[in-house]
Amino acid sequence: MSASSAFSDDKGGSSNVGEPEYGHDPASGGIFSSDYKRHDDLKEMLDSNKDSLKLEAMKRIVAMIARGKNASELFPAVVKNVACKNIEVKKLVYVYLVRYAEEQQDLALLSISTFQRGLKDPNQLIRASALRVLSSIRVTIIVPIMMLAIKEAASDMSPYVRKTAAHAIPKLYSLDPEQKDQLIEVIEKLLADKTTLVAGSVVMAFEEVCPERIDLIHKNYRKLCNLLIDVEEWGQVVIINMLTRYARTQFLNPNINECLLEEGGEKAFYGSDEDEEAKEENAEISTMAKRKPYVMDPDHRLLLRNTKPLLQSRNAAVVMAVAQLYFHLAPKAEVGVIAKALVRLMRSHSEVQYVVLQNVATMSIKRRGMFEPYLKSFYIRSTDPTQIKVLKLEVLTNLASDTNISTILREFQTYIKSMDKDFVAATIQAIGRCATNIGEVRDTCLNGLVQLLSNRDELVVAESVVVIKKLLQMQPEQHSEIIKHMAKLTDNIQVPMARASILWLIGEYCEHVPKIAPDVLRKMAKTFTNEEDIVKLQIINLAAKLYLTNSKQTKLLTQYVLNLAKYDQNYDIRDRARFIRQLIVPMEKGGALNKYAKKLFLALKPAPVLESPFKDRDHFQLGSLSHLLNAKTGGYQELPDWPEVAPDPSVRNVELEEVFTTSEGRIGLLGDWREVIKLLERVTTLTSVPEWTKCSSRDKRKDKKVEKPFYSDSDGESGQTESADSGSDSASGSESSSSSSEESGSGSESEESEEESDSEEEEQKKKRKKIVQRKMKPSASESAASEESCGEDEKILQKPKEIRSESDEEESESESSESESESEQESESEKEVKKKKKVSVPNFPSKQTKKTTVEKKEMSLLDLDDFEPTTSQVITVNNVLSNSLVTDLEGLSLTDTMMSSATVTTASSLKMYELLHRIKGEGLAVEYCFSRQPFSSDPHMITVQIHFTNNTTSEVKTLHVEEPKLQSGMRMKEFTEIDVLPPSGSVTVVMGIDFSDSTQTANFQLCTHTRKFFVSIQPPVGELMMPVFMTENEFKKEQGKLMGMNELSEKLVLGVMCQNDHTIVQQVTSAANISRVPCGSDKECRFAGKTMTSGSLVLVTVLTKEEGAAQLTVNCEKMVIGTMLVKDILQVLTQ
Amino acid sequence: MIHSLFLINSAADIFLEKHWKSVISRSVCDYFFEAQEKAGEPNNVPPVIRTPHHYLINIYRDKIFFVSVIQTEVPPLFVIEFLHRVAETLQDYFGECSESVIKDNVVIVYELLEEMLDNGFPLATESNILKELIKPPTILRSMVNTITGSSNVGETLPTGQLSTVPWRRAGVKYTNNEAYFDVIEEIDAIIDKSGATVCAEIQGVIDACVKLTGMPDLTLTFMNPRLLDDVSFHPCVRFKRWESERVLSFIPPDGNFRLMSYHVSAQNLVAIPIYVKQNISFFESGSSGRLDITVGPKQTMGKPVEGLVVSIHMPKVVLSVNLTATQGTQKYDTTTKVLVWDIGKLNQQKLPNLKGSLSLQSGSPKPEENPSLDIDLKIQQLAISGVKVSRLDMHGEKYKPFKGVKYITKAGKFQVRT
Repeated sequence: MSASSAFSDDKGGSSNVGEPEYGHDPASGGIFSSDYKRHDDLKEMLDSNKDSLKLEAMKRIVAMIARGKNASELFPAVVKNVACKNIEVKKLVYVYLVRYAEEQQDLALLSISTFQRGLKDPNQLIRASALRVLSSIRVTIIVPIMMLAIKEAASDMSPYVRKTAAHAIPKLYSLDPEQKDQLIEVIEKLLADKTTLVAGSVVMAFEEVCPERIDLIHKNYRKLCNLLIDVEEWGQVVIINMLTRYARTQFLNPNINECLLEEGGEKAFYGSDEDEEAKEENAEISTMAKRKPYVMDPDHRLLLRNTKPLLQSRNAAVVMAVAQLYFHLAPKAEVGVIAKALVRLMRSHSEVQYVVLQNVATMSIKRRGMFEPYLKSFYIRSTDPTQIKVLKLEVLTNLASDTNISTILREFQTYIKSMDKDFVAATIQAIGRCATNIGEVRDTCLNGLVQLLSNRDELVVAESVVVIKKLLQMQPEQHSEIIKHMAKLTDNIQVPMARASILWLIGEYCEHVPKIAPDVLRKMAKTFTNEEDIVKLQIINLAAKLYLTNSKQTKLLTQYVLNLAKYDQNYDIRDRARFIRQLIVPMEKGGALNKYAKKLFLALKPAPVLESPFKDRDHFQLGSLSHLLNAKTGGYQELPDWPEVAPDPSVRNVELEEVFTTSEGRIGLLGDWREVIKLLERVTTLTSVPEWTKCSSRDKRKDKKVEKPFYSDSDGESGQTESADSGSDSASGSESSSSSSEESGSGSESEESEEESDSEEEEQKKKRKKIVQRKMKPSASESAASEESCGEDEKILQKPKEIRSESDEEESESESSESESESEQESESEKEVKKKKKVSVPNFPSKQTKKTTVEKKEMSLLDLDDFEPTTSQVITVNNVLSNSLVTDLEGLSLTDTMMSSATVTTASSLKMYELLHRIKGEGLAVEYCFSRQPFSSDPHMITVQIHFTNNTTSEVKTLHVEEPKLQSGMRMKEFTEIDVLPPSGSVTVVMGIDFSDSTQTANFQLCTHTRKFFVSIQPPVGELMMPVFMTENEFKKEQGKLMGMNELSEKLVLGVMCQNDHTIVQQVTSAANISRVPCGSDKECRFAGKTMTSGSLVLVTVLTKEEGAAQLTVNCEKMVIGTMLVKDILQVLTQ
Repeated sequence: MIHSLFLINSAADIFLEKHWKSVISRSVCDYFFEAQEKAGEPNNVPPVIRTPHHYLINIYRDKIFFVSVIQTEVPPLFVIEFLHRVAETLQDYFGECSESVIKDNVVIVYELLEEMLDNGFPLATESNILKELIKPPTILRSMVNTITGSSNVGETLPTGQLSTVPWRRAGVKYTNNEAYFDVIEEIDAIIDKSGATVCAEIQGVIDACVKLTGMPDLTLTFMNPRLLDDVSFHPCVRFKRWESERVLSFIPPDGNFRLMSYHVSAQNLVAIPIYVKQNISFFESGSSGRLDITVGPKQTMGKPVEGLVVSIHMPKVVLSVNLTATQGTQKYDTTTKVLVWDIGKLNQQKLPNLKGSLSLQSGSPKPEENPSLDIDLKIQQLAISGVKVSRLDMHGEKYKPFKGVKYITKAGKFQVRT
């Protein structure tokens, strides 16, 4: 290395001086001749038979190339060394060859045979590198050789060589596009490859060579989705982008029912006519009713589910790719997850920030709610680069709404004082946009802007004038004072745009300032010749308008101005003057237009709409270069519109291979071949890549499943291994909760002892596995909300149930109904549900007790099945089954998957609340209750079950929700519209509300085809949570963390009804949606739950003492919730 | 994808060029220079520049512009992220990423670039794999190389790329097995004139230095994982385990790497370690101003605040300052107009104060805005959010490693408006 640095030293002077020589006359400089001599000794060195000399020479040559100097004349000397034994020399020769082969094609051919030999080398890396260089040499004559080499490498046994083959495809294609057909064949073959190493590269090749051949993807779609998480990060980006496009051609728009409504909402925001909107909405609703109900394709779901974890990638490009995928493909309710990740990226390098902000700006127009919680992350620091500041400003403006506008304006106030004047100008425009969009603050903004008119900086004043002009146009009558003020400014402001704006304003509203206007014209006429063109045009305009309204005072002035304009240098101005003269000045002949002059000039002009430059940019795929530039770039693939009718989904089916014939029947029945494909892939990866068998040995020890690869966490379905694994691990974690590793030095001793106990545990693990598993399962249930882990959760829920059913027979009844309500159905299992349903409908028992027994039977069956790959699937089916059955029995048809998943068990135990009284509702009675089932599309939402009864004699039509008025942070997912409710009929639907952990009411309108009723739902505090399953130890540990302020304790005397354990449990669980925690002492009852929105733990302990005395303790991070909960529980216990 | 790369120094000198497809003339950089001139400051150069035939995507890092030439549609972040990865790799190899280091090691840099991209598409970007392909220079090795004429290029071929654990090479051996984790948290905050917090968040990272033999499988458990709101991981972390149990389970890369970065949930109130009392005023007449700043501790959790630096970007009209500090040193750079007050350790008893007058350019109007203060500070052995690592377990290997965790809190983008 020192050699090369020495080289750069002695060339230090020439690297600058020598620069211009390149591209100039080569013979002119003295330096060149010295270079020439040096080339001679380089040649000598290359010809020697010492490797070290060769290496030295090659290093110098590469350094020349790096600096952009011409080294082409050394080609013959270098190419001889292509067969050199020394690896580094060889590598550097390759570098040289790739750079110059195109220029010296004939000589380059000399090296080809070496590469051809390399292609047959037993070492995979030599094969790969030979192919790499061969394909990088852009010499047309070797195209057939390249084609052959690629074809051969594509079926190489080494995945690394296959990857190189994938890379070589676009190289050959750019060299000779005529090879396309043959290359597509190779791509097709490589697409079927099952290793992660190849996937990214081949999709890249696909995108460059034949992006239009979407049909090649069908068979590989599911595989790509499943492999995705294991592919290297750059490949992930390419695959995700490609799959976004694919999904747009193959699936239906998940927002098909909402996209129209959404438009309505947007209009309301900009304050347009409400009646019109209502009409439109009705029209939409009727068209919607005609459409088929939307069911998400399981493959669509698969894509969304498998990409979601990648939002956590460290690579900003991957995060952005997933974000755009969700933005373009996900149902509206799910898009929100990307906001957090995008906001995180804003901490990254300023270039990343720039790109992310561009995309956020586009997204925030369509989905304002998504970024609203992160408003503060877009606040501007004085040290931000201007381009970042302006983008942040854009986002802030897009996010402005009547609730947050005051804080935003306060921020803007700070920005206006900034030293960065471009930024100030942008801020003023932003204020203008806020003012037009949000009527309430228009006057405040206007006043603020008027104050800016006295600013010292002319740019600020000018920008303010322009914005004020636009605002004034909306309501000029009230603001003649401001117009007068601005008229005065004409003396001082020099910025042409601002002068023009003022003149236009005065002309337009000259009636409001009848005295000043002619005077302004007088002054302007004086300076006319020195003005800029836009100002001149406005002076002519002003003159014309004044002439029409006040010809007595201004006739002469107008004539004067028009005469000046007549001889102006600019033809536009001459034309304008001629045109206006014809119009306003009465002539003897041809004055036909004259009569209309007033109408022409003084017509009411519509107020301008200040729009974001990012509006509608989302027709470009987000995250793309085209989107950033707002122009189509070369090679950009248009994001297609959703199809009206989904193409046949069966094209993505893949035939099963023989290995699985034994299980084929069962799997086929369940329709879940995805599982199989995954296993298949695992097996193949296993065989082809021996390395990882080694590292997965640990996993194999733990559980007998071989199919699970070490690093793939992607398989949501095969929850078994995952949870068994995790269970045992966290067992060891929780047993010794002492922490010691904080301080680097001191903790080491105790740590080692821990280590020992660890290894002991490891040994015992196998024996204890069963127990541990049971005990620890609940720990994972924290994630019960997350959709992906659905299958897993099902298992978790089963286990504690079992334990309890042994200890407490009666309780298990209530428990099971609860856990049943836990069951979350994935839309995927929809088909299976339907199948199953047909079988079991007739036997379905209506009494709850019986149902439990049925459930139990199934449960034990399932437990035996524990190690079958598909069990979790089965469980989902069963749990869901009972839900949808009830719905069916009630005579409801499944209208929407999303909804049906959470439809409704009418358990008699649920307390009904009145939403709308029969009298008030003119015969329509509405009740609601909290069904305590998770809301399928959003884990933070509380499921509210609404029961409509029609007591009238006529039909009630189009029952739906309108205009929810929610406190900040609250969200609501309305039920799907009920088309018709027959006389004396009743129907039950569910809706989801996120109360954001508060007991504030959710207000909304319930609309029928004739009437609107204002109604509100207020949740009891106990419904704001969901049960959490934990062990006694965990409970104590968590309780330990929530001491002090977070603990509330209350003494009480138990009511007559609540003397025994069982009733206490019943009462508490009825008051709050929490679950019992197993407990050693019989004097204590413990319960655990967590709040829906923030997931804060709620821990309840009831300690019974003698003679009906008891103590109630509630631990909760949210003190308000804690206090209210104590009150509620006290009430039920003391009754 | 990425067609060519040019490295340009601040003197607009192209000191390295690399082409992955056909050669593009360096004259394409003229468009870049044009944009650079228009932008003024390097930070304001737009990351994407459009030219008639190409697109230039550039990053500015360590006083070097990395300008890549693109011909067709590609996600801009893809390129930006890659260029940063290049810079990080160079840093990893040579300890710093500067013009002189790149010029000194131009051949290694060129070899690295050759391996990192193939036909413009990233090939090997994991530093562990690259290090197997091309050995980083050390003083000893460069001496040996000059004497024996042996090479930097690995004789053996990398195994990592072919395994499913691409970030770790096989056959790692250490006599001392150790694993260190640094939990570093940064407070981003904007404090307004009156001392109220406009916005504040905590961003954290866990940087690891793991030198363990063989294929260890580590599990890192937190005392209070619920604090972590938004996380991103090194690819080695098993995401499913985190989802279900909130533990970090991973096979670590060898050496230094960033295990995870996180964001502490917004609901938690952020403790602001210091307060700043400031009074900066400019007088209408006499072309002068006054400055008076006092810094005091607020919520430091009983730990000393160190490395305290206050820097102020003064308005252009401030010609010079006449200030006295009760503690630390202050310096005013008259060309960049930045006043830096390096306080050092915060003295709780006698609060540091900086006081004095500013002299302005005579004749020019007084600045409208007071400059805001950027604060830098460091608190050792404290993670301000309260995040704590509870334990680290190792599976898969027999030996007992030495383990350690260090906590540091720093100021991130901490700004006080005045």
